[in-house]
Amino acid sequence: MNTFFLCISLGLCFLMFVSFYRCLMGPTILDRLIGVNAIGSKTVVLLLLIGFLYERVDMFVDIALAYGFLNFVAVIAASRYFHKRKGLYESSFKETKEIS
Amino acid sequence: MNFFVVICLCIGFLFFLGGTVGIIRMPDFYTRLHPAGKLDTLGLFAMVSGLAVYNLHHFSFGTLLLSIKMMLIVFFVFHSIPTATHAIVDAGMRAGLSPLTRKKPSQLQGTGEK
Repeated sequence: MNTFFLCISLGLCFLMFVSFYRCLMGPTILDRLIGVNAIGSKTVVLLLLIGFLYERVDMFVDIALAYGFLNFVAVIAASRYFHKRKGLYESSFKETKEIS
Repeated sequence: MNFFVVICLCIGFLFFLGGTVGIIRMPDFYTRLHPAGKLDTLGLFAMVSGLAVYNLHHFSFGTLLLSIKMMLIVFFVFHSIPTATHAIVDAGMRAGLSPLTRKKPSQLQGTGEK
């Protein structure tokens, strides 16, 4: 069962690297925020799997809960901060016109 | 019991895979939020519930409390991820991002996307 958990963890790490592309290359800041949110929700599961691999689930459950809470607070604070910024949408405005 | 755990983890991993493909492949900011908000929530629910069932192998009071705590993570995430998605949409709307629209039906053939 440990081998299966290890394979699932490696798959989740691969998916986090794929989502990291959206953080690096996102046309707007809010796209990068979507990537950060997706990586954070995968990290909660990854922390629980690490807890099962190390057989210290009682400790890693608390870390996963705290990580989920911090992810939520970070996304809320960043989106509240960025909706007052003007000039955030210039590059993506061009891109939507070009696609449509 | 192990069979149920494996099935739950595979279903959750499939949902996470779909969410990641959606985040990469979708053409617009608002359409990218749709897989990010929904598929990640359901994938986390499936994987954490599978892990909570696996934790009950050696049944005692401590492992029962741990499983309840894992389901509390799921309860919290079910509230927090839609709220965060709504906050990002609100930021996009206030900043003036325009959603992706098709202008004319005559342009539909050339794009290759439906």
